Amino acid sequence: MTRRRIHPNGDSAADRLALQIAQTFGAGTGRALSRRTVLRGAGVSALALSSTGWLTACGTEGTVQTKDECKSTDKSDTEKTLNWSNWPLYIDEKGKKYPTLEDFQKQTGIKVTYTTDVNDNNEFFAKVRNQLGACDSTGRDIFVLTDWMAARVISLGWTQELDHANMPNVDANLVESLSNPAWDEGRKHSVPWQSGLTGIAYNAKYTGEVTSFEELLTRPDLKGKISLLSEMGDTMGFMLKLTGADPAKFSEDEWQAALDKMQQVVDSGQVRQFTGNDYTRPLNKGDIVACEAWSGDVIAMQYDNPDIKFVLPEEGTSLWSDNMMVPNKSEHKTNAEKLMNYYYDPEVAARLAAWVNYICPVQGAEEAMASIDESLVGNPLIFPTSEDLATTFAFANVDTKTREEYDKAFNAIIGA
Amino acid sequence: MSTAAAPVGPAEAVAAPAPEERKRGWTGYLLLAPAMLWLLVFFIIPMVSLVSTSLYDPSGSLETGYSMTGHIANYVDTLSEYSKQFIRSIIYAGIATLACLLLGYPLAYAIAFKAGRWKNLMLVAVIAPFFTSFLIRTLSWQLILGDQAWVADILRGIGLLGEEGHLMATPLAVVTGITYNFLPFMVLPLYASLEKIDPRLHEAGADLYASPFTTFRKVTVPLSMPGVVAGTLLTFIPAAGDYINAQLLGNPQTTMIGNVIQNLFDGGSYPEAAALSVTLMAAIVVMVLVYINRAGTEELV
Repeated sequence: MTRRRIHPNGDSAADRLALQIAQTFGAGTGRALSRRTVLRGAGVSALALSSTGWLTACGTEGTVQTKDECKSTDKSDTEKTLNWSNWPLYIDEKGKKYPTLEDFQKQTGIKVTYTTDVNDNNEFFAKVRNQLGACDSTGRDIFVLTDWMAARVISLGWTQELDHANMPNVDANLVESLSNPAWDEGRKHSVPWQSGLTGIAYNAKYTGEVTSFEELLTRPDLKGKISLLSEMGDTMGFMLKLTGADPAKFSEDEWQAALDKMQQVVDSGQVRQFTGNDYTRPLNKGDIVACEAWSGDVIAMQYDNPDIKFVLPEEGTSLWSDNMMVPNKSEHKTNAEKLMNYYYDPEVAARLAAWVNYICPVQGAEEAMASIDESLVGNPLIFPTSEDLATTFAFANVDTKTREEYDKAFNAIIGA
Repeated sequence: MSTAAAPVGPAEAVAAPAPEERKRGWTGYLLLAPAMLWLLVFFIIPMVSLVSTSLYDPSGSLETGYSMTGHIANYVDTLSEYSKQFIRSIIYAGIATLACLLLGYPLAYAIAFKAGRWKNLMLVAVIAPFFTSFLIRTLSWQLILGDQAWVADILRGIGLLGEEGHLMATPLAVVTGITYNFLPFMVLPLYASLEKIDPRLHEAGADLYASPFTTFRKVTVPLSMPGVVAGTLLTFIPAAGDYINAQLLGNPQTTMIGNVIQNLFDGGSYPEAAALSVTLMAAIVVMVLVYINRAGTEELV
């Protein structure tokens, strides 16, 4: 029997099938496999699969991991590699290259594989939950998730504790307001990548200024031409604000009132769509004339279309961060810490902020920005002052079950 | 074979069949094995997993695990809560299937009987959209139906669309998207069954003094019924579960059952989502059985 290498995409349907099964069984894609091993693997994995198949008939186990149960080894000393999963358009790009990341690779000799496979918090969670829930490797060394999802992943015990001794820049330069969130005290498991504001964007070519959420949801000339975000925390945060509650801490009645308000808005036909990141194109074209939007997206759009404006609504604005974490079973934790440390160098942070235009969580980056792009210094959407952030709010940090209930109630309304 | 077996005596010939028969029996099972394995891995296991998930106690969560309590109420709860989207999906899929049939029949007819040397080109044109991604094709409808696009402009100009009216984010846009995306699934089976019809039957119809329309009604349509049944099924079944079109072209009032299932899975309500999936599947199976029964077509596919 000849040994042959199987291409990841397979050269025949049979090979693809065999490969899929082999992968399920745990064989790597790059490994050379003979057809016989694949078939044997297929047989065994079919057995294994069928047993899990029958097992699910009896319910599932909990998936919380503890440090003692799920141990990870660090091979950073010998393996100079790092796999990083991040959101699209979230790092400086030049053609097909990432300049700041290339400099990091040159400095440290660590080869970074950068993948933009995080499009949505829930979707990414669904992608990794089976592996992490069973204390298996996801093949990733860093992933980046928004506060509430980061809180969930950390509370599940799915991330490794970071060694701050390897990250002096983070300790020195992380802005005060982000250094001690309730869900990760002392930033033991996570480091902010970028922060952003949720506010209102409008296309000045098609409509006048929109200053508040109230206006966005009631102005007759905007009827059927606005979109809201399908991110529950963002949108319901504003609804709670509008009904006079505190999004960070609210009672069951207040939640119900906010839901009723949401229902009323949807029934009125004011909202055309609930979107993720995909509000940018319709806003650009004028199908949507005003919408709930994320600050960085809007600044990026302004380069091509100066008619797009971003407003901090009168009701306040929601502040959030996306956080880097090292998942269990990652074998390159020290490499990951080096990378986090690198991006907390003010100079590097400024170069990054000049491209992604989100709020930079690194102190000293504003000074460093002066030599990169003078026009961005003092931009309140990248370097907000504490006054700018005085009216910000964040959605309450709740346990998974409550969050699920909230999501379900919200989705039932936005899905009519 | 026969030359080699020449000297075999009668006694041996009688004794021979027994072991050979047994051998053949084994071969049969062995040849079946890959198919059975395929069915086990890709059909039976997912089904067992889905159905059992739909019976979990919904008060569980990923952290604590779900316990298997045979919670039938999941079905009742989800069906009563999302019946509106359920019915809407069936209606949208039904309208789209009808539209596909009305658009697809003349097209398939033209390709089968009238295209001549353009036949292959036209077939390629029907299949060509598959060369690009489903998502891209649906997104391009956003451009075509956009508020500032020429289609809406013209319709406004001739007064078919109100001054403030729009095409995007309406039920019409969703049904249009579904119709477009599933049209090839209608055309191809229709073409396959039309193409099989002997053109001489049409001539015979004319010879017997039938008008072209009568020939079409009495000869072509009945003979193309297998194609109609297969085409409507291939269109209706995926259309009823579709969520991309409603997501990209619809508004909050056009949500289909696929969107609900996706949202429930995303939000972590696995038992409810699974229950809804099983209900959808069962509903479609029942509808298909009734339909095939009524259509009375044995030679499907």
